Amino acid sequence: MSAPLLEARSLGMSYGSVTALHDVSVEVRAGQVACVLGDNGAGKSTLIKILAGALRPTEGRLLLDGAPVRFGSPRDALDQGISTVFQDLALVPLMSVWRNFFLGSEPRRRLGPVRMLDRRTGREAARSALAGMGIDLRDVEQPVGTLSGGERQCVAIARAVHFGARVLILDEPTAALGVRQAAMVLRHVAQARDRGLGVVLITHNPHHAHPVGDRFLLLNRGRSLGCFNKQDITPDELTRQMAGGAELQALAHELRTTPAADGG
Amino acid sequence: MTATAAPPAGGQDRRTVRRALSDRLVARPELGALLGALLVFGFFSLTTGQFLSPLGAATWLDDSATLGIVAVAVALLMIGGEFDLSAGVMTASTALVTALLSVHLGWNVWAALLVSLLFAVAVGTLNGWLVMRTGLPSFIVTLGSFLALQGLNLGVTRAVTGSVQVSGMRGAHGYASAGYLFASTVDIGSTAFPVSILWWAAVAAAASVVLLHTRFGNWVFAVGGSAPSARQVGVPVGRTKTLLFVTTSVAAWLVGSINILRFTTVQADQGVGLEFQYIVAAVIGGCLMTGGFGSAAGAAVGALIFGMARQGIVFARWNSDWFMLFLGVMLLSAVLVNNGFRRRAERVRR
Repeated sequence: MSAPLLEARSLGMSYGSVTALHDVSVEVRAGQVACVLGDNGAGKSTLIKILAGALRPTEGRLLLDGAPVRFGSPRDALDQGISTVFQDLALVPLMSVWRNFFLGSEPRRRLGPVRMLDRRTGREAARSALAGMGIDLRDVEQPVGTLSGGERQCVAIARAVHFGARVLILDEPTAALGVRQAAMVLRHVAQARDRGLGVVLITHNPHHAHPVGDRFLLLNRGRSLGCFNKQDITPDELTRQMAGGAELQALAHELRTTPAADGG
Repeated sequence: MTATAAPPAGGQDRRTVRRALSDRLVARPELGALLGALLVFGFFSLTTGQFLSPLGAATWLDDSATLGIVAVAVALLMIGGEFDLSAGVMTASTALVTALLSVHLGWNVWAALLVSLLFAVAVGTLNGWLVMRTGLPSFIVTLGSFLALQGLNLGVTRAVTGSVQVSGMRGAHGYASAGYLFASTVDIGSTAFPVSILWWAAVAAAASVVLLHTRFGNWVFAVGGSAPSARQVGVPVGRTKTLLFVTTSVAAWLVGSINILRFTTVQADQGVGLEFQYIVAAVIGGCLMTGGFGSAAGAAVGALIFGMARQGIVFARWNSDWFMLFLGVMLLSAVLVNNGFRRRAERVRR
């Protein structure tokens, strides 16, 4: 089997005496979805920032196509095909869909000595790129702010795919979304995977992760609880394994016993 | 965009039509200003005899022009998410630099104009740099430069001339040719229309094209709408905003140059209070106070409403106090309309 697109080997990150991440390894292959699961404070954000080039790990290393690599900045990672969609999506709500789509990489045409924005190309390209991802927007001139949360997430994903991402890192793309919206986003994650991208999906929801994921990395308090293949683990087991699992059982037990204790 | 023309299809169509209509309105922030301008125009045309006469038109067009040139630049800056309170006093500062150099140092007017232009670029760059560097609201930073320039205008003028005005431009070298460019008149029929009106139209047209049809214009909307998002996708936020501050200063220089060459005299305390008129014109033209939304053409129309009302009230022989009342009502209704647009555009649906 060929080398993974992106591989992290025993990453560690400490801020002074605080260890945010210790000995965490993860790999993502083309056409696969690697899910990173963990409760709040598990080290998900630290891991994503390292993969996106925003942080340099204090231990361990990153390999791109099997070769060691160091990202100096998020731009550097982006230039090598690692595209990260953070929770704020980097969209401007008051701007139209196509203007957002091409923000920072605007198509231009020459008009005499000056270069003008090529609005027609921008509109058409945005429309067809979105349609190619199965996102049917009635009007690419509408402000992004009028889109639903799920649609916005999809626009951000489609933009990353359009601009040549090989590895797509998604930070909690289904957080704060309703069931239908979350399903729509997951469908587009699968779509990106089917196009041969490697996807890293960060989430704290095992029920969102399990349907699309191929491998699952569980994090707790900055340490890996293990890495599982899809066939080796059920969503219920994922939930149990996550930090919440054991504690939820304890909580359920506690809630069952407390009234009885009061009554007695 | 063909949504309204498309035949109804299933349950989708009503939603589509409603959205397309609101989007067309959102895409036209200057619409409200245009309606307002028509109302004001109609009102004074009917109630006063002079308003529609060529001389009357030249008067209110000229008033709108010297306001509108800077208002258009201020609109770009506001869309970019910043304010410039020093824009009004800059019209005096640049005129003073030009006048002091040509009258007291005997420079050619063209050379003096060039130096005052460089001065404007420097002040604009400083404003932008300070705002970006400190991260403070531009309202505070430019309030500082506004006060500093006001003091500098008075202090330097008094120190050099012993009075608070500089006059005598007419005798300077190059006055005729520079005056031709900035302060001549164009005769239409028997009425002399000031050339400032052409500058106003040219500035508004250029700003509108830049805003809607260039990459820089896209960046202006982006840095005002969400600077962190713009930065994430590689838009040079600091450079874009600084350039907008420079544009505003240069627009103020243009108006300062028009004034000094037309009146040949400049008062050191001139221009104070204009900064708010520019902002009001931009807001009436559809700019949001919070940035990311607005129109350059709208600001030009906002200035037109301003000029028509100010001169119309004079033609109607009303007390000019009523102008401020009118202005206040106009501003408040514009802000309410703009906020409605923004809520629609920023509404979060789940």
